[in-house]
Amino acid sequence: MKALIALEDGTIFEGESFTGRGEAIGEMVFNTSMSGYQEILTDPSYTGQIVTMTYPLIGNYGVNSDDMESVAVHPKAFLVKEYNAVPSNFRSEETLAHFLSRYGVLGVEGFDTRALVRHIRTVGALKAIVSTEDLDRDSLVARAKAWDGLLGVDMVQQVTCDQPYGWADNRPVPGTSFSTAQAGMSNSLKVVALDCGIKFNQLRIMTEKGCQVQVVPAATDAETILTMVPDGVFLSNGPGDPAGVQGVVETVRALLGKVPIFGICLGHQILGLAYGGSTYKLKFGHRGGNQPVKDLTTGHVEITSQNHGFTVDLDSLDKEAIELTHINLNDGSLEGMRHRRFPAFSVQYHPEHAPGPHDSLYLFDRFVEMMRSEIKKRN
Amino acid sequence: MPKRTDIHKILIIGSGPIIISQACEFDYSGAQAVKALKEEGYEVVLINSNPATIMTDPELADRTYIEPITLEMVTKVIEKERPDALLPTLGGQTALNVAIKLAESGVLDKYKVEMLAAKVDVIKKAEGREEFRAAMQAIGLNVPESAIVHTLEDAMAAGDAIGFPVIVRPSFTLGGTGGGVAYNRQELETLSLSGLDLSMTTEIMVERSLLGWKEFELEVMRDCKDNVVIICSIENMDAMGVHTGDSITVAPAQTLTDREYQEMRDAAIAIIREIGVETGGSNVQFAVNPQDGELMIIEMNPRVSRSSALASKATGFPIAKIAAKLAVGFTLDELKNDITRETYAAFEPTIDYCVVKIPRFTFEKFPEAEDVLSTAMKSVGETMAIGRTFKEAFQKAMRSLETGRAGFGADGKEQLDHLELFELESGLRIPSSKRVCYLHEALRRGMAVEKIFELTQIDPWFLRNLEQIVAMEQEIRQQGINGPDFLKKCKQYGFSDQQLAFLTGTSREEVRALRKQLGVLPVYKLVDTCAAEFESYTPYYYSTYEQENEASRSDRKKVMILGGGPNRIGQGIEFDYCCVHAAFALAEIGIESIMVNSNPETVSTDYDTSDKLYFEPLTLEDVLNIIDLERPDGVIVQFGGQTPLNLAVALAEAGVPIIGTPPDSIDRAEDRKRFQQFLQKLHLRQPNNDTVYTLEEALSVAAHIGYPVVVRPSYVLGGRDMRIVYSDRGIREFMAKPGIAGNKHPVLIDKFLEDAIEVDVDAICDGQKTIIGGIMEHIEEAGIHSGDSSCVLPPHTLSARLIEEIKEATRAMAAELGVIGLMNVQYAVKDEDLYILEVNPRASRTVPFVSKATGVPLAKLATKVMMGMTLEQLGLTTEVTIQHWAVKEAVFPFDRFKNVDTLLGPEMKSTGEVMGVDDNLGLALAKAQLAAGVTLPALGTVFVSVRDGDKEGILEAARQLVEMNF
Repeated sequence: MKALIALEDGTIFEGESFTGRGEAIGEMVFNTSMSGYQEILTDPSYTGQIVTMTYPLIGNYGVNSDDMESVAVHPKAFLVKEYNAVPSNFRSEETLAHFLSRYGVLGVEGFDTRALVRHIRTVGALKAIVSTEDLDRDSLVARAKAWDGLLGVDMVQQVTCDQPYGWADNRPVPGTSFSTAQAGMSNSLKVVALDCGIKFNQLRIMTEKGCQVQVVPAATDAETILTMVPDGVFLSNGPGDPAGVQGVVETVRALLGKVPIFGICLGHQILGLAYGGSTYKLKFGHRGGNQPVKDLTTGHVEITSQNHGFTVDLDSLDKEAIELTHINLNDGSLEGMRHRRFPAFSVQYHPEHAPGPHDSLYLFDRFVEMMRSEIKKRN
Repeated sequence: MPKRTDIHKILIIGSGPIIISQACEFDYSGAQAVKALKEEGYEVVLINSNPATIMTDPELADRTYIEPITLEMVTKVIEKERPDALLPTLGGQTALNVAIKLAESGVLDKYKVEMLAAKVDVIKKAEGREEFRAAMQAIGLNVPESAIVHTLEDAMAAGDAIGFPVIVRPSFTLGGTGGGVAYNRQELETLSLSGLDLSMTTEIMVERSLLGWKEFELEVMRDCKDNVVIICSIENMDAMGVHTGDSITVAPAQTLTDREYQEMRDAAIAIIREIGVETGGSNVQFAVNPQDGELMIIEMNPRVSRSSALASKATGFPIAKIAAKLAVGFTLDELKNDITRETYAAFEPTIDYCVVKIPRFTFEKFPEAEDVLSTAMKSVGETMAIGRTFKEAFQKAMRSLETGRAGFGADGKEQLDHLELFELESGLRIPSSKRVCYLHEALRRGMAVEKIFELTQIDPWFLRNLEQIVAMEQEIRQQGINGPDFLKKCKQYGFSDQQLAFLTGTSREEVRALRKQLGVLPVYKLVDTCAAEFESYTPYYYSTYEQENEASRSDRKKVMILGGGPNRIGQGIEFDYCCVHAAFALAEIGIESIMVNSNPETVSTDYDTSDKLYFEPLTLEDVLNIIDLERPDGVIVQFGGQTPLNLAVALAEAGVPIIGTPPDSIDRAEDRKRFQQFLQKLHLRQPNNDTVYTLEEALSVAAHIGYPVVVRPSYVLGGRDMRIVYSDRGIREFMAKPGIAGNKHPVLIDKFLEDAIEVDVDAICDGQKTIIGGIMEHIEEAGIHSGDSSCVLPPHTLSARLIEEIKEATRAMAAELGVIGLMNVQYAVKDEDLYILEVNPRASRTVPFVSKATGVPLAKLATKVMMGMTLEQLGLTTEVTIQHWAVKEAVFPFDRFKNVDTLLGPEMKSTGEVMGVDDNLGLALAKAQLAAGVTLPALGTVFVSVRDGDKEGILEAARQLVEMNF
């Protein structure tokens, strides 16, 4: 079925839907990972976006129930060069097309995705519409233009959990206290994870590292969190413009200095705002699994998984209070920072990978060490 | 850390002659390394015995020794040059093995030479089977159950314990030499004996067979600060059991989820750390159980390998260059990515296309050898193709193979429809060079993918894609070329014009015309390491059928060089050397060079060799498409061997400006009738000969000329199908061979000159003046293919009168043919009479040898001559005479092919060559032998057995041996 992809600047591509009829409007972004499409699709940070994969052959290994990063598919539409309909992998349970259809997400193939990527690289992320329903080019472009876009919008509300939950046996367990988390871990560290669009692998890893994790809705206030007496607070990734997120910055500001904090991606940006800094939108962002980041504290280079369109403005930060810890080798952008006085640190990228390299798992160890040393200080 | 300043002079060891499993990829890596180190101001000393390499060009290293790569010779070079360091990881297994010997014999300690990149214990840990296994277990990785044994008895016991089938892998050999799969005790005995014999340490591993598991490779790089990156993942289409060099391979991996891929990545990183490769590239091979994903480590190469060359060409990341810089202390985050200029080498390339490599076999050269693929490598070359889909890349690779195929079937060449089902199934079950044809036939017959998978163990993902190609083939057959959208889809599935013509019953020309009329034209996309995330500056392109074209024509004067495609016997690195020199020469005179080639192992496909690189099949269609875009001022076809030469006439007919010797002159030299008239005009003699098409003609001509005669098809290189026959029976046998009689090209019959001396001459001509580059006298008598003969420069027995006659004849022929560029002539001398055997108005296999021996860069000069310069302008007015002896010796792959007769004849069988140079002819010869791996005994007993006719001739040799106390 013919599908048109229209960008707000009038650029049009013609492809074929591999998931049947549909229409989606969103921000056009691209991801350069060669594997991990299922993790990308289930990453809540892609909410509101239309994702184009640069790797041309997608669907090869199907979809399985273990590689879910949340309980849903978040992008509005998924664009590839060639959809491979018959998967081959021992873990495959379902075809990608079926998976997308189940979640009502449009999949389109058969067009020059590289040309689209080059276009976005040149002009920046654009508002776009993908449709099998409306094939009138002018109408599509006008509708893409007319869409409000993501700037200043609080997208976290759309993806954060309604009710708190814990994590046990490799799955979410509903509940409101630490007792719902894995039993028999009396020595474990208690972490409250503020869910701005959390990826399950963050929970899997923290649990593996001996943490009991309690996930709470993003709107949970500082007082509520502190009454849970956590050893640390984790700020997850999430979609959209950090400046549009309501309330979370204030919550974090109130927590700062009272409890160790580790932030990832949107969590990092929120920390930046809580420190008094500002954020801005990158031209087309970083999305992929090959971004080199240098840890300035060790000089070591790690290959990281990334997915962000906004970044913390390095110049807006108070250098007296905030130490730059990680930079992106490609463009010199801010990738990690730490508070000089308070136990708080964060990275712009995804140490929980899924998909992507496992080079940055040490950050979770740093979080654990930080919590332990704070406990020591208290005692 | 910036580069080290405590070392100044670095020794690089090359890989020696081209052999199976060690081909021109090490010239590519070595040349890159030499350039990279010189760029950083180091003094580079190089040793390599292979003259046909770019790395041994005098302008590359500071000092180049063309000497055998043996402990003794390298020690002498170290003694003389006193380098501070040795870089052993860029010259294949040869360099690594010599480096170990140098270290163990104390030479490195004695002269205080530091081993860079990987120390001896590291190499041993990676290459020693037992050490490696222990290391893997230490980091919690699985290796197949195995036993390391040093005796036959233990091997048999191990086989019984592990259970058959088992794999035998000798330690410290390359390309799996001596290894194989043993299905029973008898086979294990045979393999163990040969394996123990071939291993440097009399050690073999008897290993659990993982036949049918999926095979993967990762290319890893590490710097001295322990930063590690993965450059490329490769998935083998052929399952475990076929040597990776003989497998069809695909980059990146296609059937791994991110979880499985990252597990493999973690393992590769842990391995390079545990083994302790300090800096540079390594290659790790994995097996994955398709049923449950269980991961096993097969092996690790602590050096740049054939796969590294492939990974470099597949991603655009220059592994060898970066490896060399890391070896002298740079870190990945200090080195810029040449392609993007703004980002650094510390990243992992991501690609937005699919790469397919298909190995090139030459079983036809060894009819006695069994065409079965196993764990010992047998292919002599490879071709790579890039497409936006696997289907497109696969079909492009198939037509790049130079086996006369136009793609994956659909070209009328397969003819397997007569096969019984059991024959077809057996062809699928047993891996061979032809299995891909059986795959096509099975799919064409509608055999289920599940069934084919069961027989071949080829992952269903690949089979499904191949099935789609075949389904498309049927669709084209049924509905013809139905409109531009359908045609575009056909092209996106990789179908060539030739295939479309076959399927629709038209001609290639008609399809091309239709395609242009419908506006279905290829676009060219960049290989940029980053999937378009960053702007790129390196013009390295591949074609595909999509929307946006990224290649643009410049305003500069430009010349296109057509390369030689995959290496095979008869067409190897020598021709690539000439193409590279053409590019260098064009750069020297300010002309843009555009390289077209499909061989990932070569220097010609390095992105900084030419101004523009098109990684494309060398078929008329693909070449014309590039010409349509680039509209070059000239196209050079005379350097890339037979591949581009075969396109010359068609290109000229299409109005393409072929520069240098006109195609008609090439035809005049190739066409026997015209050649005869040509020689008669010049009053030159050739052995009595004639041209025939049928058996009857052949018999009558042979009778007329008188036996023995040489028979061969015309228009071939490397003496393909050439025979010396002594009777009518031989003629009958020859003419009965498939594809000989009834061909468009005739069969040539020549009088065979017995006991004649063969002479090879390379000359250069600017249309006016001819300069002889070198006269080489063969050591073997005429009748042995010139590529297989050893030869001496200058001639060691020819009289001055004959040499003068040879020069005059060469000049006369060059003038008559109007040669502009290079020309090669083969003469035979019998009883002081000179006969012309063959004239080739093109670059020959001996051009690099002559250039190295005389110091005259013939290929470069020829390029400039083709661009209109005269030899006088180029300063070449007199012939160079040399005061030393240079001997070329051929190197053969007989150890790879069991039961093959090692007798040489008119059909070329060697894969490579070496050169021995000395003031003394005997020593030059001895060095050449040594370099070719032949150790000459200094004492012992000689057994002489010759036929009656040769008894006279052997007398003098026997007498001399006796005098030397044999």
